[in-house]
Amino acid sequence: MNKRKLQITNYGVLAFALALLLAGLFAGSAFAQDNTPTDDEVNVIAKQLYCPVCENTPLDVCPTEACRQWRELIRSQLAEGMTEDQIKQYFVDNYGARVLAEPPRTGLNWLVYLLPPAIILLGAFFLFRSFREWTKPKVEATGVGGERGETSSLKKDDYVARLEEELKKRK
Amino acid sequence: MIETTPQKRGVPLWVQIVIWVFLVGLLALVGVILGKRQQGTVQPGDAIPDFTLPLFSGYEYEGKSEVKLSDFEGKLVVLNFWASWCKPCEQEAAELEEAWKFYEPGGEVIFLGVDYVDTEPEARAYLKKFGITFFNGPDMGTKISQLFRIRGVPETYFIDQNGALYYVKIGPFLSVDEIKSIIDQKLQ
Repeated sequence: MNKRKLQITNYGVLAFALALLLAGLFAGSAFAQDNTPTDDEVNVIAKQLYCPVCENTPLDVCPTEACRQWRELIRSQLAEGMTEDQIKQYFVDNYGARVLAEPPRTGLNWLVYLLPPAIILLGAFFLFRSFREWTKPKVEATGVGGERGETSSLKKDDYVARLEEELKKRK
Repeated sequence: MIETTPQKRGVPLWVQIVIWVFLVGLLALVGVILGKRQQGTVQPGDAIPDFTLPLFSGYEYEGKSEVKLSDFEGKLVVLNFWASWCKPCEQEAAELEEAWKFYEPGGEVIFLGVDYVDTEPEARAYLKKFGITFFNGPDMGTKISQLFRIRGVPETYFIDQNGALYYVKIGPFLSVDEIKSIIDQKLQ
């Protein structure tokens, strides 16, 4: 009787373990199917796009209804397996290139990339020239006083020599 | 006595010319862009260039999935810009549909809805919600709205039988009669 009871208990434990195993498997598969992209994943793309309605507002922080719809669209596109580039291209096709935070390197857009560094370089060049001019005329015009360094002392010597020569002639 | 030799170390003339030409060109470019932005919408009397509007499925015109403005030569075109996220658009949706139903049998007037920066599921839900049946499609790449230089939605443009704009309505219509009065002045 006891032996039979023990056998039943063993079957019970076995069935319970099997049920747990199956439950774990199903739970695991259900978890794997939940591939809804998170807000962070959506925002990685959204912050590279700008709302065309409310100007100068990145899509990831834009509070309007239109932007909320677009973020949901990005989420569904990510869930469908679209890549970041494909999603950005979709937005350009539908809403124009102005939605891109970084304008495409074509046509007049090149000005955005070339102009600021060119202006900075040009400014640096003129600043350099100006500094050089501010210092050089002082050295040349001051003549006797205030020179420093080898070049200025040579000029001074030359000047003193000419002055002495001139004085000698007058004597 | 002290001989100063002022050395002129100015920027070479050709560099100066290049810089000035560049600066003037840049200013002109900025001026043109700002001028275009300040221009406002197209004005009555302006001839409207041809454009293509892809249509949502279920909203095709004579079986065609896209239409051109030139397809409607000789007809009066009511071009309405809207969006599903636009609350004022909802105020005029029913009026536009009612006006369309009034003119549809005559065949002299065409209503075209241009869905501005919208997502298709929401746009379809909007069309369904307000029972809109006239031809509708998305403004792909915002090309049409840029052509008309719209400032927002809703905006409605009335194009006469010769393809010239004759009336612009900024904001929602207040009644069906308002729409009818604008259309009728060109039908009579």
